[in-house]
Amino acid sequence: MLSAGEIPLAERRSGYEFMSRETRAMQDDEATGPALFSLFDGEALWNRKAGQAGVACASCHGSMKGVAVRYPKVESGRAVNLEQQINVCRTARQNAPPWAYESRELLALTAYVARESRGMPIGIEWNGATAPFLAAGREAFNRRQGQLNLSCAQCHDDNWGRRLAGSVIPQAHPTGYPIYRLEWEALGSLQRRLRNCLTGIRAETPPYGASALVDLELFLMWRANGMRLETPAVRP
Amino acid sequence: MARVVINAPKSAKRGEVIEIKTLAGHAMETGFRRTQTGELIARDIITQLVCTYNGVEVFRAELHPAMAANPLIAFTTVATESGTLEFKWTGDNGYAVTQSAPITVV
Repeated sequence: MLSAGEIPLAERRSGYEFMSRETRAMQDDEATGPALFSLFDGEALWNRKAGQAGVACASCHGSMKGVAVRYPKVESGRAVNLEQQINVCRTARQNAPPWAYESRELLALTAYVARESRGMPIGIEWNGATAPFLAAGREAFNRRQGQLNLSCAQCHDDNWGRRLAGSVIPQAHPTGYPIYRLEWEALGSLQRRLRNCLTGIRAETPPYGASALVDLELFLMWRANGMRLETPAVRP
Repeated sequence: MARVVINAPKSAKRGEVIEIKTLAGHAMETGFRRTQTGELIARDIITQLVCTYNGVEVFRAELHPAMAANPLIAFTTVATESGTLEFKWTGDNGYAVTQSAPITVV
């Protein structure tokens, strides 16, 4: 299933390994990490009853261990990421309005849920159901786009480890989302990061939640299969 | 939404150097940014953190607009006697948070 240019498991390196000693220390320090307040918020939201149905996440769900490493998932004919699944639950089960993409609440709850899978290997299957979405994601990853006419693969498959301006190019494995990015001084989703890269190559940025972005997320997670989840990771 | 976290040892040996880490949840708005319509966003930062150990000041930090959001401040002191470490953050717009952490010295 590995096409030319894709990175074999033994050579897959998390963005963590490209970071400075100081930034690594921030991620390793769980007791005073910068995403801590978001995790507190997420825990509160997990246990708070919401919507007209008057149920909390905790009313239905037990442990969410191992959930985040299997998202995005394919459901009713489209790929759905963890943020979207939380909103599906909010509207369908809690009868509550969905949270806006990239809102503080949605990021906090996503981080809280994903945190439970910290340390577990990412496991996305390439099967009949996921194949069309993974193929679409791979196509997007390898497609040249934008005014700079670059594909994701040209940087992250072919030139990882080298420098783009002052920064090391990582392999683009989404191992720690939502991440606390120092540049943002806040928690942010993988889609925010993808839109950053697309802006960087002067390409059109699909809106938050667009299937084009979710397919790409799915492909990136598959591409990172076997790597351990670091949520909430710290990135420069 | 004044929230802080203190990570300090609950007990220490007399004379031991202990590390104290503090994290304050704060946006640290610099006062230099503008909105999309060009209006200046007012400065809103934490300006000071003072730590006292049984009433004696052991650490003081002044913060300025270039500090990142959610400032993490770590420092060390010498464990002299059992008692209380008291932390006081003050800042713009009446921001004031006080929190304490007990310490037992053996």
